[in-house]
Amino acid sequence: MSSFFNNVDWYDIWLATLDTLMMLGGSMLFTVLFGLPLGVILFLTAPKQMFEQKALYGILSFFVNVLRSLPFIILLIVMIPLTLLITGTSLGVAGAIPPLVAGATPFFARLVETALREVDKGIIEATQAMGASTWQIITQALLPEARPGIIAASTVTAITLVSYTAMAGVVGAGGLGDLAIRFGYQRFQTDVMVVTVVLLLILVQLLQSLGDRLVIHFSRK
Amino acid sequence: MIQFKHVHKAYKVGGREITALEPCDLQIPEGQIFGLIGHSGAGKSTLLRLINRLEEPTSGSILVKDQDITALDAAALRRFRQGVGMIFQHFNLLSSKTVADNVAMPLKLANELSKSQIRARVHQLLERVGLTDHAQKYPAQLSGGQKQRVGIARALSTNPSILLCDEATSALDPQTTGQVLQLLNEINRELNLTIVLITHEMDVIRRICDQVAVMDAGRIVEQGSVSEVFLHPQHPTTRRFVYEDEHLDEQEQLKRFAQITGCIIKLTFQGESTYSPLLGEVARHSGVDYSILNGRIDYIRDTPYGQLTLSLIGGNTAAALDAFRAADVMVEILRP
Repeated sequence: MSSFFNNVDWYDIWLATLDTLMMLGGSMLFTVLFGLPLGVILFLTAPKQMFEQKALYGILSFFVNVLRSLPFIILLIVMIPLTLLITGTSLGVAGAIPPLVAGATPFFARLVETALREVDKGIIEATQAMGASTWQIITQALLPEARPGIIAASTVTAITLVSYTAMAGVVGAGGLGDLAIRFGYQRFQTDVMVVTVVLLLILVQLLQSLGDRLVIHFSRK
Repeated sequence: MIQFKHVHKAYKVGGREITALEPCDLQIPEGQIFGLIGHSGAGKSTLLRLINRLEEPTSGSILVKDQDITALDAAALRRFRQGVGMIFQHFNLLSSKTVADNVAMPLKLANELSKSQIRARVHQLLERVGLTDHAQKYPAQLSGGQKQRVGIARALSTNPSILLCDEATSALDPQTTGQVLQLLNEINRELNLTIVLITHEMDVIRRICDQVAVMDAGRIVEQGSVSEVFLHPQHPTTRRFVYEDEHLDEQEQLKRFAQITGCIIKLTFQGESTYSPLLGEVARHSGVDYSILNGRIDYIRDTPYGQLTLSLIGGNTAAALDAFRAADVMVEILRP
């Protein structure tokens, strides 16, 4: 048994896991920070919604679509100059977070927009009739009502980010994906490959079941 | 008092203008229950939403307590809306909030009361609608009637002077409808609340409204006190609504009476005369015999009324008709 894991340096695995978690946490934080308002704006300015703004919606929608249609591996490389500008490095955890956020934010924003569309229009009307301001409608009615949908969107986004962090290994971001590619693939160390894949699987499973639990907890329908 | 002065509403759909409400003048007196009845698409929903400006009028002005609400800016409109409650066909409660939090919502939005004051007010409201045991439940755990009572408690939380009801009982079964109408009737009396309701059921109008306006194709075609409109409908649309409620069709009825001999008349009693022993008295004095072909004794809000279709045989028919008229009974001769 121990001979099978000959090549595995558990300390390296531990460091790589931490890197992955940091990339995931950091990029998730900024993705939600940028993606949630973007999703709300997309929802509000969409045709036939509260603040229909054809031009603004068109422009935002176009950029979201462009970023979403770019394969992440390309985005990683294209983003390097911008990443350098933001973080001063294109390597490591710090270098990975800007492209991760750029890749995940439009995706998350679209999911948020969809979740908000699921909110019954009657509830928005009722809140308006109470004399709520636009800000109150968003914070007191729309977001609480869409909470299960937004949590589900966050889960999907987090899992997408896990696979993105693995890809970010290609451009020197570190983490489990990087380990899998450098040792598992390029040095034919199957044991390292197995360990990293299992860890990634566990991470995805944990995220999914945590997300599912939260959705159930906050669903009152 | 709510006053519509030449209010007109049109939508633009793909370059074409569609009229939702023809220029309309309307007065809704304070403290009354005012019913708007019409088929779907008749414009009643638009008219109701103009009162709290969920719909903006294309032209005309709307006065609420002598204030032109079409001139309010955004902040003033929000304050005005806090004084106008609204309930809905599908309740529109927030599924993510408990019953108590739903009722507290307008108060939290208004941000005028402290937390403990809000809690006390919510308790008082839930007591009024009989839902104190359900305060911590979520709307999904309640029945339709309970949900609508939460809706009513929520609408009343800011002590409004006007309550708008958008088909408030259309999604409820007959028994629950009765309870919700009863509750609306009570709060109208207790709080001197002006209630404007829209419905497509004449029964709702008959049971709780003081005044009614009948709408058809974006226009008010008939308007007046409920007893007047209900007992003597003029416009074809109104007649349809009344006969739907009574499950009768006048033309068909006359055909069915073809075999029956004698003079066929329809008597309409209202108020105290409904319960007086008039038929026997008139028959004795004029010598006519009568048979009852059709009839209904019921209430319009709290006033009893009766409508009987009789055939009169033999005796002095003219004297009988005079005697009915003398007793303040409205007589219609359906077939001499």
